[in-house]
Amino acid sequence: MAKPRVFDVTTLPGFTFIAILAFVLLYAPIFTLVIYSFNGGNSVNQWGGFSLQWYVVAWNNEAVQDATARSLIIAVWASVISTTVATMAALGTTRRGKFKGQTTIYIIINQPLMVPEIVTAVALLIFFSSVKVATGYTGLGYLILAHSAFCIPFAYLPIKARLEGMDMTMETAAADLYATPWQTFRYVTLPLLLPGVIAGAMLAFIISLDNVIITEFVKSAGQDTLPTYMLGQLRRALTPEVNAISTALLALTVLILTVFFIVTKKRD
Amino acid sequence: MKTYLIATTALLGSTFGAYAEGQLNLFNWGNYTSPEMIAKFTEETGIEVTITDYDSNTTALTKVEAGGSGFDLVVPSANYIPVYVRKGLIAELDHSRIPNIGNIAAEWKDVPWDPGRAHSVPWQWGSVGIAVNTSVYSGDVNTSELFLNPPEELVGKINVVPEMTDVLNMAIFNVGGEACTEDLTVLKQVRDKMMAAKPKWLSMDYGTTDKLSSGDYAASVNWNGSTMRARINNPDVVYGYPVEGYPLFMDSVALLSDAQNVDEAYQFINFILEPENAAMISSFARYANGVAGSEEFMPEDMKTAPEIVTPAEFASAGKFLPTCPQSATDLYTAIWTELLK
Amino acid sequence: MSNAAGKRSKGATGWLLSTPALVLLVLAASGPLLIVAVYSVLEKGDYSGVRWILSGDGWFQVLFQRDIFDQTVSFADANLSIFWRSIKLSIATTLITFAFGLPTAWFIATRPPKARAIWLFLITIPFWTNLLIRTFAIMEVIRNQGILNTALMNMGLISEPIQILYTDTAVLIGMAYVYLPLMVLPLYAAIDRFDFRLIEAGYDLYASRWQVLRSVILPIVKPGIIAGSILVFIPSLGAYVTPRVLGGGKNMMIGNFIELQFGQGQNWPLGAALSTLLLLIVLVSLIVYTRVSSRDDPHG
Repeated sequence: MAKPRVFDVTTLPGFTFIAILAFVLLYAPIFTLVIYSFNGGNSVNQWGGFSLQWYVVAWNNEAVQDATARSLIIAVWASVISTTVATMAALGTTRRGKFKGQTTIYIIINQPLMVPEIVTAVALLIFFSSVKVATGYTGLGYLILAHSAFCIPFAYLPIKARLEGMDMTMETAAADLYATPWQTFRYVTLPLLLPGVIAGAMLAFIISLDNVIITEFVKSAGQDTLPTYMLGQLRRALTPEVNAISTALLALTVLILTVFFIVTKKRD
Repeated sequence: MKTYLIATTALLGSTFGAYAEGQLNLFNWGNYTSPEMIAKFTEETGIEVTITDYDSNTTALTKVEAGGSGFDLVVPSANYIPVYVRKGLIAELDHSRIPNIGNIAAEWKDVPWDPGRAHSVPWQWGSVGIAVNTSVYSGDVNTSELFLNPPEELVGKINVVPEMTDVLNMAIFNVGGEACTEDLTVLKQVRDKMMAAKPKWLSMDYGTTDKLSSGDYAASVNWNGSTMRARINNPDVVYGYPVEGYPLFMDSVALLSDAQNVDEAYQFINFILEPENAAMISSFARYANGVAGSEEFMPEDMKTAPEIVTPAEFASAGKFLPTCPQSATDLYTAIWTELLK
Repeated sequence: MSNAAGKRSKGATGWLLSTPALVLLVLAASGPLLIVAVYSVLEKGDYSGVRWILSGDGWFQVLFQRDIFDQTVSFADANLSIFWRSIKLSIATTLITFAFGLPTAWFIATRPPKARAIWLFLITIPFWTNLLIRTFAIMEVIRNQGILNTALMNMGLISEPIQILYTDTAVLIGMAYVYLPLMVLPLYAAIDRFDFRLIEAGYDLYASRWQVLRSVILPIVKPGIIAGSILVFIPSLGAYVTPRVLGGGKNMMIGNFIELQFGQGQNWPLGAALSTLLLLIVLVSLIVYTRVSSRDDPHG
């Protein structure tokens, strides 16, 4: 690593170079993937001219349509459920001072962040198999349940952060004006909290959309989501169709993230 | 806010409205089902087919045995059918619901592993050998030594598919043993030889068709049809028939005992026994099928392909794998899981 | 801060509001983990599942094996090599992400505030990008006909493609690539709070750059280093997708080994035992982290 002798307190020798290198290395593979999604040829690494053919193929591919619809449905359900539940939990655990058992609540709520996904996937496989055999129900319920659960911490954290940063004076004023707790919540707290709630919902949505392992283990017949479909393709047929799907998914993620950043910056 | 709620509810509501037409859930090997055949089936019957794939007989069996997976049809290899039957996982077929049952080719009508075809109908059959990219290795390809004792050029470049029955039996034949042998000396030789060879393998994975086509694999233990498809994409690929002995396999379609779409399943089974449709299945995956009269619909290149038409000198080395007694299978599973780690 | 709105006890409302979340999580996340622990002490079924008979086989097979032919008990070498590979690769991933992460976090933290938001956004995007997409992207770069090999061959540096894919190196590259943002973010958070005047003081006292780095900067951003290391090490240890796609089925890590038991390995109790073991390792690491970080950082 080269160490140029520039005397600025904030720079350290070589750090800028490595940092820029890191960004380049981080984005180069993604760029290549995106570029090859527009490949006119048939292979994933030989350029054959610019073309949108693979997007057309992906668009017309019934399995892809099916998987996409399912991913979106699950993500919407999971994000709605987890955000609602997380909002309640955030309200219950923030700004109240410490109460008995609060740490336990934190641990349970944040546990999906730390438990390796493969372990959860295996656990749910075992649990749900027995339920499936016992009840005969093999619908989307299991996936939605599983997704909602592990999305909770992702919704919880931004809401909690927002809540902690909120000024109590408005709510105290409302109480002074004889508003009931429900009225205070509905007309004062909730609107102020909304950016946090929306941020949480979006994060939960992305997390659900991206999930691979748990979905792979829990799904039943014909319940492919976009990531599990791609996993199957990755191990077999490698055409730029996978690139096209990946790029589309990436675009969606970037879009959601941009909105997220704008929404969370607005409050400052 | 209100529009958001309405839109969400509409989307959520749509979750439950999607099961109107006939549905069929097929559980099959990956890259093994002709999309055209499925499209034709849906067009003729209106039944929507979803295909979930698996990579190996054991994975399929495990998933089916665990239960509650929602599949209607499964396509196991011959020697696994008795296991499914023994465990009550597949149902006896009602032949009166399969008008085309007479179309099954004479040699596949009554097989030792499914007498009278009580539980399954043929899907495809073929052989297991070694696919080699001749630009990397140009020596003799017709030997199982290629993966059990790889030559210089192939060390670190040959893949072995993780399919227990096929690989293990090739190894048994290689050391001179018989199928279903429980001779411990033979098996110990097999175990030791495979463990010694494993470090020289590149990987143990599937997706061989594409990886051979793209050059990710220079060689692989592979099925004949998959090799033919790879050769079509990459002319350097050839198929080797191990002289020491190689397995023949047949995959058949069976109805799961807890299938929810039984009517649709019978329609499908009947459909694939039409010579034309069977030929469609074959032309996709490039394997022979077990339906009489399909020859006239088969694609030209399959009639002369070296992967399909076995050269005379290797024909006798092909052995159809019988179903071994549980004790033998247990031994094999133990060896195999040791190898897989 | 007390509850401004009511006379109900804080604890009761807190619990009440949290209940739906807790129920959901216990049902579909925490609860099943207990089931796994239970399965680890049962007897294995034929091809899948378990028989409800107590058996120590699951745990026994984590470390030991019985030779098929002569029944001698020995250490399960293959298992141990998988554990070792997982630990080795996870540590290596942590080190590599740190080597790249520290300068990156430093860089972002020392940008002017407006630019900083953009750089943060840029480092976050890969983090939220689907794991499969990122793994696939790396696969495209390192495979035999991929960009790296093609570029090296075009430059005349090599005559044949280097086999990177399906090796331990491929898995390492993949994991470092996937987990880099997880190291950068906590480091950034720590450096963000850093008082740069301390560095000035260091230089005023004639310290060299290296000394300043070692004795001033690193100790103060240590909480960030520890947080980042935990955030990278633990997921690496339990990685599944990356080793599966990049490892070719031969270079298994613990996650793949666990999955094997529920597939071709046909040994659910062993899979359950391994999962429980992994979980315990993670818990221990977290406890260690909590102890260490609360000891070093009095501000919490």
